[in-house]
Amino acid sequence: MLDSAINHIANAFGLELLHFADSFRGLGMKLLAAATPEAIAAAQAAADQKKAPAISILFKGNNFIRLLGGLWVTIRISLIAVLISIPLGILFGMLMTRKNPVTKALSRVYLDFIRIMPQLVLLFIVYFGTTRAFGINLSGELSAVIVFVLWGTAEMGDLVRGALISIPKHQYESAAALGMTPLQTSLYVIIPQTLRRLIPLAINLITRMIKTTSLIVLIGVVEVLKTGQQIIDANRFAYPTAALPIYGVVFFLYFFSCWPISMLARYLEKRWKN
Amino acid sequence: MDFQFIQQYIPMYVEAARLTLTIGALGIVLATVVGILCSAVEYYRIPVLRHIVSVYVELSRNTPLLVQLFFLYFGLPKIGIRWSAELCGIVGLAFLGGSYMTEAFRSGLETVEPIQKESALSLGMTPVQTMWSVILPQAMAVSVPSLVANVIFLLKETSVFSGIALADLMYVAKDLIGLYYKTPEALSMLVIAYLIILLPISILGTVLERRLRYAGFGH
Repeated sequence: MLDSAINHIANAFGLELLHFADSFRGLGMKLLAAATPEAIAAAQAAADQKKAPAISILFKGNNFIRLLGGLWVTIRISLIAVLISIPLGILFGMLMTRKNPVTKALSRVYLDFIRIMPQLVLLFIVYFGTTRAFGINLSGELSAVIVFVLWGTAEMGDLVRGALISIPKHQYESAAALGMTPLQTSLYVIIPQTLRRLIPLAINLITRMIKTTSLIVLIGVVEVLKTGQQIIDANRFAYPTAALPIYGVVFFLYFFSCWPISMLARYLEKRWKN
Repeated sequence: MDFQFIQQYIPMYVEAARLTLTIGALGIVLATVVGILCSAVEYYRIPVLRHIVSVYVELSRNTPLLVQLFFLYFGLPKIGIRWSAELCGIVGLAFLGGSYMTEAFRSGLETVEPIQKESALSLGMTPVQTMWSVILPQAMAVSVPSLVANVIFLLKETSVFSGIALADLMYVAKDLIGLYYKTPEALSMLVIAYLIILLPISILGTVLERRLRYAGFGH
């Protein structure tokens, strides 16, 4: 409105006055901005930090601590899920090696369904589906834990099954021939060998769990990616290019959480190969 | 269940499945190419490239696709590299899948003992012949099951494309839930769509694996 009025005046007074009107318009803009002190502060900050490299956003306020807090949300959920799914997975794996056709078929269907469905679909089913079907309001974090326990149990179970069937039959037979009871056979012969194959794979499962947990941002849990988005959005004017360093840092936060664990898994695998 | 609703929105799912499959297929092909190149670099121990490849493999294997995509799609435009969501999805999938494919090929190549190569060379075969007729057939027999597993894994990973606003199956399901509150219908169509896409590949993988084991290759 102010603008069109100024233009009107400018037209009325002719071209000579255009310059004057222009400076007047600039004054008007300043006056408009004065109406909101936040806007002035933002403009000031933008002017001050225009030359500051975008990476410095990390060290502004407690941004980096916030990102780490977001990472902890991810890691906590995956650790809880791993801790629950390892014992359940061991049970499930032992169940799968049973000869009973019914348990065999049921566990097969469970395993294949969980493995074929993308984890995001499972998250959607639990997060949106249960709310609608049973009227329960699960929080995003709880549904994430449920999904990752279901998924982790299936994966862990398959690893346990693989490790168990990889033990040659003669190990059982030799132990029996030496007069060991079934309990002794398991305790002293089978379990130590199984563990050596299992532990590196189970450790790898932790990294897979951490990586998969990044999906929870899509069901609205505030974790590291969402925190990064919040920081970017809050500094939209001061740091217009903040997305690059923030997402770069998130990338490396994930990398440095998973990499040591994968290295450990690889080291153990190599060491226990024979 | 509102079957009329399901019938009405099947075309949307078909369209989304086509997008998922197109981007998935392109990404997987690119990933395979990256995998072949990287595993060749590792196999022939090419000096500098070898270290680059191992850094790449570690970086790509230890980070989630969603974070990679966010960096590619929201981060890189800030330094002037702009791409469409589709291209970004393909590149992201190739970046992630490349390392998995590298590992699959490498694990196959590793199982072929050096004596095979030495014997072939001493029989007067050229290095190309040795690779093509002696090493690759044995290596592939070991690699194929993990290659198929990678294909399934990568197709599953395409579900995170909805995070960068690609209208894939997840996106359509979320849309229908948000628009019409038809949660059970939208979710069951989603599950069925993924089963239709992934189940045949999974079965094919099992059959292939059994065939290869039956043929006694590589073991």
